[in-house]
Amino acid sequence: MDAITDELRLATDSEHQCFGAGMPLNITVNGKAHDTRVAPWTTLLDFLRENLGLTGTKKGCDHGQCGACTVLVDGRRINSCLTLAVMRDGCKITTVEGLGKPGALHPLQEAFIERDAFQCGYCTPGQLCSAAGLINEGQAKDRDDVRELMSGNICRCGAYTNIADAVMDVLPKGGQS
Amino acid sequence: MAQVEIGMPQRRVEGELKVTGQARYAAEYPVEGLLYGFVINATIAKGRIAKIDTTAALAVPGVIEVFTHENRPNLAWFDRSYKDDGDSPGSPLRPLYDDKILYDAQPIALLVAETFEIARYAVGLVDIEYEREDFNTDFVSALPDRFFPKKKRAFYTPFKDRGDAPNAYKDLPVQVSNDYHMVSEHHNPMELNATTVVWEGDGKITVYDKNQGSQNVQKYLASVFGLSKDKVRVLNPFVGGAFGSGLRPEYQVYMATLAATTLKHSVRVTLTRQQMFSHVHRPEAVQTVSLASDETGRMNAMMVEATTSTSRYENFMETVVNWGGTAYACENAKFDYNIAALDIHTPGDMRAPGAATGMNIFEMAMDELAYAANVDPLELRIKNYSEQDAMNNTPYTSKALMSAYKEGAARFGWEKRSQAPRSMKDGTELVGWGMATGMWEAMMAVATVRARIGANGQLEVASATSDIGTGTYTIMTQIAAETLGLPMDRVTAKLGDSDLPLSPIEGGSWTAATVGAAVQLACRALGEKLFKAASKVPGNPFGDAKFDQIEFIDGQARVRGKATGISLQDLLHASGEPWLEAEETAKPSMITNMTKSRHTHSAVFVEVKVDEELGVVRVTRVVNAVAGGRIINPLTARSQILGGVVMGMGMALHEDTLMDHRLGRIMNHSLAEYHVPAHADVFDIDVIFVDEPDPEVSPLGVKGLGEIGIVGVAAAISNAIFHATGKRVRSFPITIDKILSIDTTDAL
Amino acid sequence: MNPFSYERPDNVAGALRGVDGRSVKFIAGGTNLLDLMKEGVERPSRLIDINHLPLGKIEENEDGGLRIGALVRNADAAYDERIKAGYPLLSSAFLAGASPQLRNAASTGGNLLQRTRCYYFYDTATPCNKREPGSGCSAIGGVNRIHAILGASDQCIATHPSDMCVGLAALNAKVRVTGEEGDRVIEFADFHRLPGNTPHIDTTLKAGELITGVDLPGETFDTNFTYLKLRDRLSYAFALVSVAVAMKLDGGKIAEVRVALGGVAHKPWRNTEAEAVLVGQAPEAAAFATFAENVLREAKGQGHNDFKTDLAKRAIMRALRQAAAGTPQSQTHKRVA
Repeated sequence: MDAITDELRLATDSEHQCFGAGMPLNITVNGKAHDTRVAPWTTLLDFLRENLGLTGTKKGCDHGQCGACTVLVDGRRINSCLTLAVMRDGCKITTVEGLGKPGALHPLQEAFIERDAFQCGYCTPGQLCSAAGLINEGQAKDRDDVRELMSGNICRCGAYTNIADAVMDVLPKGGQS
Repeated sequence: MAQVEIGMPQRRVEGELKVTGQARYAAEYPVEGLLYGFVINATIAKGRIAKIDTTAALAVPGVIEVFTHENRPNLAWFDRSYKDDGDSPGSPLRPLYDDKILYDAQPIALLVAETFEIARYAVGLVDIEYEREDFNTDFVSALPDRFFPKKKRAFYTPFKDRGDAPNAYKDLPVQVSNDYHMVSEHHNPMELNATTVVWEGDGKITVYDKNQGSQNVQKYLASVFGLSKDKVRVLNPFVGGAFGSGLRPEYQVYMATLAATTLKHSVRVTLTRQQMFSHVHRPEAVQTVSLASDETGRMNAMMVEATTSTSRYENFMETVVNWGGTAYACENAKFDYNIAALDIHTPGDMRAPGAATGMNIFEMAMDELAYAANVDPLELRIKNYSEQDAMNNTPYTSKALMSAYKEGAARFGWEKRSQAPRSMKDGTELVGWGMATGMWEAMMAVATVRARIGANGQLEVASATSDIGTGTYTIMTQIAAETLGLPMDRVTAKLGDSDLPLSPIEGGSWTAATVGAAVQLACRALGEKLFKAASKVPGNPFGDAKFDQIEFIDGQARVRGKATGISLQDLLHASGEPWLEAEETAKPSMITNMTKSRHTHSAVFVEVKVDEELGVVRVTRVVNAVAGGRIINPLTARSQILGGVVMGMGMALHEDTLMDHRLGRIMNHSLAEYHVPAHADVFDIDVIFVDEPDPEVSPLGVKGLGEIGIVGVAAAISNAIFHATGKRVRSFPITIDKILSIDTTDAL
Repeated sequence: MNPFSYERPDNVAGALRGVDGRSVKFIAGGTNLLDLMKEGVERPSRLIDINHLPLGKIEENEDGGLRIGALVRNADAAYDERIKAGYPLLSSAFLAGASPQLRNAASTGGNLLQRTRCYYFYDTATPCNKREPGSGCSAIGGVNRIHAILGASDQCIATHPSDMCVGLAALNAKVRVTGEEGDRVIEFADFHRLPGNTPHIDTTLKAGELITGVDLPGETFDTNFTYLKLRDRLSYAFALVSVAVAMKLDGGKIAEVRVALGGVAHKPWRNTEAEAVLVGQAPEAAAFATFAENVLREAKGQGHNDFKTDLAKRAIMRALRQAAAGTPQSQTHKRVA
């Protein structure tokens, strides 16, 4: 128990930050600016889901091993479970809710429906944000590139071939956006 | 307006909700003042909790309570109160009931806090001391103590021996007899098991839970916590994958309900990925298959023995050894099946339970026989084809497996295959072509659907079934749209709510046949009510016509052959009612059940490319030809098969739950170390549905597709690897080390 | 995850202030540190977010080499035109690692400090000398198919999981660090440690020191190189064995060769004596086989990982062949060249 007591003593500042008022956070999510406070030990994923109620971003492993939590930070895809919300102060976040809306879908969302590129739908937001990031990166030229560069998104329902079809439908010719 | 018909491809009706992040899963319901529960799991395999000190944890600001066996509320006393629709004979797990530890990672406490982060932190401060007892988690060492339980599991199908297999075997010129091993696998659906219990304030709880049967969970919670059923409503409108892991109520719903009803507060419990390895899994299995034939490959003796793992507290059983004896004509057959108990969590159903184990292994043995007899593997299957159920000597309602063999082989190009192992190459790589047969039972259960049409003309079909990604929403909509002649967008399917009409757990591939039939019955009954309302329409539009002369088309009811009819809305209006509804129950035909066998079949063809020097295998091509009865929605049906194939690839090449038997603990409890196929592993998969009309198997002619896609896949991959390399690996998964090793023929 | 205080300095001096050791951690990408904090393996009480320090550029050095700032993301390094042109081996190693999302977040400095791969190290319910010195090594005699065959001790048999580091080892990179006592440069071979009797110490970085960047020497390997990674699935998995080769041929003979192995030891594994033997020889199978034998001579399996010795030999021979032929392994097309 000594280690624990020691740890609690060391954590005086952290007590304030984690249990108290938290830290200031300015973050833009899907075009909407948030001027708020958050405990530093809150991941970007939990901040989106629990604090902002944006549950489109999914928690599939919480360790960067599945890709379900993929979001775009300033246009780049990352695992939102492995970054703290406070580390993204000043950033622009796009989640699946920001890609498109019912009635005004992003071309990837439309292609995913058309190709039946999902079953249970739980990995889908991450797949979509990852595919949007992939297109932004401009590195994927062909289907093999798409398969390799979408490999950070696990789909246990096994919709991979349909996902590859859907991404190929939207991928600009030659891979450049 | 195109008339919707069964058999037309339809986009998923909930697709927009899923691709925009609007579909809510169990952990995603916003609740005011929600508390967060975090489960604490045991770190010993067997024994008891000697001490559990929660003082330090309770001192953390924001921690509300730590529930343990010492302070738990009153719980039901009898085992029967903990039973559910997917269980096994025995004493179900009762978390927090007492101090006993039955397996490593057993849930032993629940910490509840104001935030998820506080809860996650404070669980580390709970101090637990154990008294350890001897245990065994090593399946192979438990095999000598295998047994056949007196009380059999409800889903277990007994086998029947025929002829005198041991003697017939001895006298036949071509014999193969080998041991095979299948490791334990974990379902690992992408959604973590989660429950949000909303405390409604008047003793009522609304439970958003990840499961495959809302009414099963409702019944369980009511019985365990002594609540009346009308106080417990369970919802699972969206389920982020399950594959069998949600057939039984899982411990997160138990824990969340315990906390919510005790604290009289809304509570959410989400398991971690590590905790997803602390419960249900596919059992480990060993199987010995002995096959003998004449020189031409005509089989005349088979002996199949298998043992699967179970826990000490429940006897989980699967139908493992029956498949080959059902599929193939063979005069002499002998079977044996047992289970062996370990200090583990009770195994459970995972996609094609029993068949994924038994049929895959049998089909590897068939490939061995094909090589022993020097017969083409497909030819061997055709040579031993049985038009009827060879186990029970009963006719099938349908068996278009021969078409599946032929169409699959043609699409794959099987005729270009050369028989000899190591005979096909692509540059420096060895190429292997393998095939296998798949089969699964075509089951139908009992379900009720309510169809209701309201003043806005929207038709709603509702049942307490689930859609775990299988496409249930879409086929319910499609069947209703066809039956009452409406476009898809004029029909709403409701499911995933225990308040809705009775429906069974969603498993065994029975949902499409069962709920689909009930949708059609209910819509027909509603149609008849609408027809009767026509008499109140001035100048009754149907005149003297009887109901069976009425057709529903283009949003109208009309006498067949007439150009004009009357809209359903006008009929409803004429009835004078605000809405009309009909509720109907679909049941399987008992006569067909007793006199005929009902199965789906498949023929799986696989191409692998093997870099033999490095042991690297790529599954470059799969053709899965399925005889699955009538296909309601080819788009979602195809996805079901694709998913089965990918999971079969995982079984063949990747998935392996690794247990440290010194600790009795699963060690690769993460998605980094428990490998499932990634995008890069999956190349081309081609799905064929062969024509298989079957008016008897179920009212719609539907057989169900959730399981069949996986059966045979791992065998076909293994057989293809043998064809490529000449090496037979009799233990899944076939990893790099097994390809490299020369001694891989030894299964254990 | 235990409570911690969080700071976000914007200069190096600010980042180093009051940094005294184990209870303080720098965080950049966070892709490994947060993973470990959630597991309760790392428990810092103070977290210093260094993402706002000016360490995010790839610049040319005086010797014609490149300096990769500690905060350069793995993806940016992988796709950097200068790295692709001069050090395609490193670009390839980056792309063999993790996933695109992780490569977008993970930093160069953080990748160097990835902690070792071991089921037991990550599971606080089991004894582990790396987590709790003296508690024992559960992997020895346990589930160990992913574990080390070279340079392990009776205290620890974990493996280093990085692909980038294997590439950097082959390139003789240098790690630049700074601290209260000033700047210093660590040769790559000296940066990571073998476990010995102190497996809890992964690197020679001193308490409070901050990695500022990695220097790639001016000598480039743009023709005869490869990065070959073998793993349990075709992407998004750690290496069972990986091999980085940087080679120079002259007149049909090997003029220079460096071979680094991943997945086999507590650090990227080099055997410079064996490399020296290869120099001057024709790039042929017999010489490669001798080299592989020399490198694996001391290999010791732990049971489940016995296969790695044979696999490593085969992988080395193939990688040398790929490098000599100028047909490096593609990280996209999974056929092994």
